Amino acid sequence: MTAAPILEAWVAVCSLDRLQPERGVAALVEGLQVAVFRTHDGVVYALDNRDPWSGAYVLSRGIVGSRGDVPTVASPMYKQVFDLRTGACLDDDTVRVATYDVRVVGGYVEVLRP
Amino acid sequence: MHDVVVVGNGMVGQRFVEALRERDTQRGWRVTVLAEEGRPAYDRVNLSSLFDGCSAEDLNVVAEGCYDDGHYSLHLDDAVAAIDRTARTVTTVRGRTVSYDALVLATGSAPFVPPVPGKDRPGCFVYRTIDDLDAIRAAAGRVPRKGRRAGMVVGGGLLGLEAARALRLLGLSPHVVELAPRLMPMQVDEGGGQLLRRQIEALDVTVHCGTSVTGIEEDGDRLLATLANGTELDVDLVVFSAGVRPRDQLARECGLDVGERGGVLVDDACQTSDEHIYAIGECAAIGGRAYGLVAPGYDMAEVVADRLLGGAATFETADTSTKLKLLGVDVASFGDALATTEGALEITLNDPVTGSYAKLVVDDSATMLLGGVLVGDASRYPALRPLVGRPLPADPVAMIAPSGEPLAMPDDAQVCSCHNLSKASICAAIGEQSLTDVAAVKACTKAGTGCGSCVPLLKTLLAESGVATSNALCEHFAMSRAQLFDAVRADGLTGFTAIIETHGSGRGCDICKPAVASMLASLGLGHILDGEQAALQDTNDHFLANLQRNGSYSVVPRVPGGEITPERLIVIGEVARDFNLYTKITGGQRIDLFGARVEQLPAIWRRLVEAGFESGHAYGKALRTVKSCVGSTWCRYGVQDSVTLAIDLELRYRGLRSPHKIKAGVSGCARECAEAQAKDVGVIATENGWNLYVGGNGGFRPRHADLLLRDIDTDTLMRTIDRFLMFYIRTADRLQRTASWIESLSGGLDYVRSVIVDDALGICTELDAAMTRHVASYRDEWADVLDDPDRLQRFESFVNAPDTPDPSITFVTERGQPRPTLPLAVVS
Repeated sequence: MTAAPILEAWVAVCSLDRLQPERGVAALVEGLQVAVFRTHDGVVYALDNRDPWSGAYVLSRGIVGSRGDVPTVASPMYKQVFDLRTGACLDDDTVRVATYDVRVVGGYVEVLRP
Repeated sequence: MHDVVVVGNGMVGQRFVEALRERDTQRGWRVTVLAEEGRPAYDRVNLSSLFDGCSAEDLNVVAEGCYDDGHYSLHLDDAVAAIDRTARTVTTVRGRTVSYDALVLATGSAPFVPPVPGKDRPGCFVYRTIDDLDAIRAAAGRVPRKGRRAGMVVGGGLLGLEAARALRLLGLSPHVVELAPRLMPMQVDEGGGQLLRRQIEALDVTVHCGTSVTGIEEDGDRLLATLANGTELDVDLVVFSAGVRPRDQLARECGLDVGERGGVLVDDACQTSDEHIYAIGECAAIGGRAYGLVAPGYDMAEVVADRLLGGAATFETADTSTKLKLLGVDVASFGDALATTEGALEITLNDPVTGSYAKLVVDDSATMLLGGVLVGDASRYPALRPLVGRPLPADPVAMIAPSGEPLAMPDDAQVCSCHNLSKASICAAIGEQSLTDVAAVKACTKAGTGCGSCVPLLKTLLAESGVATSNALCEHFAMSRAQLFDAVRADGLTGFTAIIETHGSGRGCDICKPAVASMLASLGLGHILDGEQAALQDTNDHFLANLQRNGSYSVVPRVPGGEITPERLIVIGEVARDFNLYTKITGGQRIDLFGARVEQLPAIWRRLVEAGFESGHAYGKALRTVKSCVGSTWCRYGVQDSVTLAIDLELRYRGLRSPHKIKAGVSGCARECAEAQAKDVGVIATENGWNLYVGGNGGFRPRHADLLLRDIDTDTLMRTIDRFLMFYIRTADRLQRTASWIESLSGGLDYVRSVIVDDALGICTELDAAMTRHVASYRDEWADVLDDPDRLQRFESFVNAPDTPDPSITFVTERGQPRPTLPLAVVS
């Protein structure tokens, strides 16, 4: 007997045009704070909003850019840089923030509820 | 515990005390300093700067706290009258008797006044102490302002030309009389002397060489000086600065050996004929020779400090090298400058067109550098001086040729002679301490903090060490901020994408994006939250508030000049109470409101804007505040209305975006209650107008501002500050305060003055226009946000729950106010 397919729980957080290129927003997804970013080339990323270096929920307010070929966000608190694709901290390879699956459907940005 | 008594508190005596203090960590010696003058040691080398805006306190060379511990005491205005070598005691003029285990004579020297008839008349002065200069200033002040005012300086050496500079600063036309056939005969050869004379005469100094003064007569309320060549000079005062004589009287009276030409005779340990007594500085004759320069004196001070602690240091050959700016003309002399070594050869380059003279002295086989002279352009001095006594690294002609390659220095070459630091020791500090700029090298090693002549060399060493060589903004822009600013201004690009695609690579970062945002704002290109610009801003600029450690923000309304009405104070109080904000008075005379969440900011600001407040730009790299004292309106001592000026300045420059924050201050009198000298732009009222200081800052490396202009009227003041700020904005690096910007410019403050006062680059009209544009286009950023629904939309906590507060931001109460409960950091 096969298990029943688990319903994927995608949560719409905002319309795509609310995401200014290279700037993030914070969203509440089931009580979790998610930072959602849209890069210059139109790709959308989602990270945990909590900056692990300060403990404050501020990553969505960081500056989006690039380091080499890596799309990045710099924490606004103490400026550590994170890989938007993986959540890895590029300034300290022992530190990583959680990532969320995110997609754009019908002009809406949706985050996968974990 | 042993006692050392130091006789004299000049630069060398003080240096000895500090050298001992630094090394005698076990405090085995108790130090008593007995000084003749009424003020502690000061920089005698730069006395003329007293007429150039410096105060006597600015010349102080005593390290802070030097005499604070019980082992070190300084007794001023109490000269030693006699030494009893048998009892090992000294007695002072005030009757104090102090016993010693070691006695250090540092009595310095006295001015030599040639036996000219009339030399003691009123109006005749010597040039040695701050009191001497005060007397000269007072006499110059009594000279009527009408007609030609002139002064005669007897002596055309180092000291004489310094005295001539002092007279010029007092508004007198100097005549310099020198017995030798050229100026600075001890340091400069015939060719250099000729060039020096031409350049100095172009500065309204009349030079009379190869002659002497035969008499000084009174002539009404002036003086009439007659020279041996028959010339008669009408002058208002006379300054004798024809050299110095060692002050060895105390030593003579107690039977110590003295040199044939004066000076207390000492060996290479600086010990006199009495093993308990040392002599250092200009009163000492080491190997029979006395030195009238501070650097050999410092070396002697270090030798004696070492000896008292059981060391075996000896005085090596004196470095009599000199580099100075005399009346604006660079003069340097090093090693055997006058080619007195047998068989010495000279290579000379004399360029009357550019006004530069260079000579190298080499040995008879032309393989070793012995010395040299540079006049007009002394930029090669720091590289050449350490090569003295070494094999020539290159063709000597190429070494002084205008287009020659820079010289490589050997590792053990002395870079800073004031603090005796080698290239190797400075480079080691650069590497080990990760020093990245000249200011850090100065702070860490003391190099460049004496005479300052090696500062250009420190830059070279930083570059050689691989730091500070790249001025690239970040990985996305290979150019410096100033270069990028020029490029953006030239091609008129207004968007980040266009700018990075034209001048850079990648998509930018938290370094270049705010830098570009600042440039666009400085150029007056729209609201900082419009279009693509919004994505460039650091979070502070993006929310027009200051991010705090728990993710909340602080709010600072502008309070121009620190003046605020009771009604507005009440509004701030009510806003703070209603939004539960923590309030604190800032150092910039305004009120900071802490603990606002992003979604509260518009409501807070609506209340503030309605009450007439504007953004204080505390969040921006921009003008912060113009701090002021209460000024002549209320203060019994104020001489100008500092509050009105501070408000005018703050309203003029509010909103001006710049490479770093800009702070300013205005004091209504010399008591300086507004601490204006700690600001980027400081203004201090005088009886006649305002003194303008620039380049001060507090913070990590506090620094006092330097005097740019004195006694100027309000219009000149505003115009000069306009240009200073605009020139800074155009040419400084990212996050470079005005102090390090000025330091980074070749020529420093003099260069800044030449650009913004004398318009040496011809850009003043442009700078003035840029400031006029800024003033005309200023709008309150917060009022503009409140009027615009699109901009307001950014101020929400969550894009899908705009009114839900961030649940992680919470407060407890402390001393009646909210205090953040701190978030738990995962990484520490």
